[in-house]
Amino acid sequence: MMPKITAKNLTNDELFYGHKACGGCGESLAVRLAMKILGERTFASLPAGCMSAVSFIYPNMAFKTNAIITPFASTGAVAAGVAAGLKALGIENTYSVGFAGDGGTADIGLQALSGAIDRGDQIIYFCNDNEAYMNTGIQKSGLTPYGTRTTTSPAGENLPGSVTTKKNMFEIVAAHDIAYAATASVGYLEDYMMKVEKAKSVKGTSYIHILAPCPTGWGTPSEITISLAKEAVDCGLWYLAEYENGEFKLNKDPKAFTPVADYVKKQGRFKHLTETDIEHLETQRDKKWLKMRRDWNK
Amino acid sequence: MARKFISGNDAVAEGVRLARPHVISAYPITPQTIVVERLSDFCEDGSLKAIYMHVESEHSALAAAMGVSSVGARAFTATSSQGLLYMAENLPYASGARMPIVMMNANRALATPWNIYGDQMDSMFLLNAGWIQVYVEDAQEALDMMIQSYKIAEDPRVMTPFMVNLDGFVLTHTYEVVDVPEQELVDAYLPPLKLAENMMSLEAPKSLCITAGNNFNMEFKIKQNEEMNASTAIIAEVDASFAEVFGRKYHGLLEAIACDDAEVILITTGSVAGTSRMIIEEYRNKGHKVGLIKLRYLRPFPTEALAKVLKDAKAVGVVDKNISFGYEGTIFTNVNSAILQSGLTPKVHNFICGLGGRDVTKENIREMFDALLSSAAGDSCEKIHYMNVRCAL
Repeated sequence: MMPKITAKNLTNDELFYGHKACGGCGESLAVRLAMKILGERTFASLPAGCMSAVSFIYPNMAFKTNAIITPFASTGAVAAGVAAGLKALGIENTYSVGFAGDGGTADIGLQALSGAIDRGDQIIYFCNDNEAYMNTGIQKSGLTPYGTRTTTSPAGENLPGSVTTKKNMFEIVAAHDIAYAATASVGYLEDYMMKVEKAKSVKGTSYIHILAPCPTGWGTPSEITISLAKEAVDCGLWYLAEYENGEFKLNKDPKAFTPVADYVKKQGRFKHLTETDIEHLETQRDKKWLKMRRDWNK
Repeated sequence: MARKFISGNDAVAEGVRLARPHVISAYPITPQTIVVERLSDFCEDGSLKAIYMHVESEHSALAAAMGVSSVGARAFTATSSQGLLYMAENLPYASGARMPIVMMNANRALATPWNIYGDQMDSMFLLNAGWIQVYVEDAQEALDMMIQSYKIAEDPRVMTPFMVNLDGFVLTHTYEVVDVPEQELVDAYLPPLKLAENMMSLEAPKSLCITAGNNFNMEFKIKQNEEMNASTAIIAEVDASFAEVFGRKYHGLLEAIACDDAEVILITTGSVAGTSRMIIEEYRNKGHKVGLIKLRYLRPFPTEALAKVLKDAKAVGVVDKNISFGYEGTIFTNVNSAILQSGLTPKVHNFICGLGGRDVTKENIREMFDALLSSAAGDSCEKIHYMNVRCAL
């Protein structure tokens, strides 16, 4: 049993600091905490996206460790190359880590990620999921939920915003028989940090998919990022789970969900949703949970 | 030293084995495949102690090589044609980050129409990518350039990725006798790569491939250009030191053959240079004052060296196995600029040939020299000639 990481025993050293992310940014919190747990011998690979855009602006660098911006499609490939290079040079006890967004993972970076998992490369891959292309101004990605208003999935008389559901990245990754995969939320930070800690000792590829609200893209006040990320899990639209040794496990199985309406009505991106749209979201949720509870609760 | 009867691709693989890269990341494509097959064999049998990464695409092949290079390790990849263009966005990425990656490119036509045979449309597409580009003439030069390329690319004054081009099939699949140098000799000439100061390290952590806005971007690019231009000196230096150790020299940026008193000069790259050497001898024996330039490097472009050789030529012909649609052959454009900048006024002609693997025959080379001799004598002559064309179009 590994020791629990809490706010009390977490290091005060900052390895990701002085970046220019928006107030209340969930993604930068996820990166900052991961870096605290991973430590100074970490090599971070970040593709085009918010986190690279706010932290590598010459001459101000926000990573205290080694870090590199990768081509948009190449997080998995560059991180794998870094790991291979370090191994070949005999540089040990290091972590090669990728921090990509939802689009950088589920859309343009999916192929390179698949290649890395297939090879079992020694990398930890983070998908920081804020459910749209935020860096370029809130466009729909493969992880944008149904009914989300983005600048490329407008809500109007004919469309409810995005008409597709979130691509099931966690199970796509698990289907590669990856060594370790987990979902997380910046609303449940101890759970997240435990998963990062766990990934450190995994042999082979790890994947952590963390839901991270974006006040700018979601149309929410910056001070509710954490509570909103918690509510996403509590209302059942997101879930905390792990995949290891070929088995799925639900880490949190709420007896009753909080109302989806409460969650979506706090957010500008869902303001237009009708009762019917919300019912649709609930139906999707229930279907998903039925399957997860049936197949993953052993 | 061993003498082996091997193909151009085999020679590349032998050269790479001698250069001892830490990691090979590659994706198969005709006519490059034998290179990666041999390197896989070498990794399996332990004669090359490298990590072989089976990447899922050419895009990832170069991206992974960038990861390898970013920590100061030696990276190798190889590709061709569609594969080169698929990884295209990563080429300026690697050169902007000043990563000394070496890549072999088997020159091949671009679709459509689909065609697996050799021309130089692919690498011409990437002339502006910030990579050094060399074109080799035979299997021996291919092997030797795998060693020279790392020596040049990794020089602290250069730190630029390097593309070694072989004509698809004509060079990649043709067997020749090749001298394979001793490993000890290569190790002494090309020592294991040390972390360069601009790479990531635990001792001095760094952020790489950073953002530079309109306040600094231009200065980065100018520095990159100036250092690429300055690499001409290092290319010459390495060719000379290579000759001292291995006994073979390639004359740096270009090789001038029978150009001293030449009235007409043909400029070629790659395998066409080999065919042209024979015709030079034939025409010289007949008393024609013909010369040949084997243009080895297209980037950095040898403007000064060209001007020096071309200064007394009355007519200059440029062989292009490519077309920049809506204009002319790409090497022709580059040569014309060098000629104009140097204040020379020869007649200039472009010979476009070999597209999609069409043969470039000895007879074609004779036709080129005949056209140049006639132009030099004052006859009017077309600017662009398409050689060995089947039918009127």
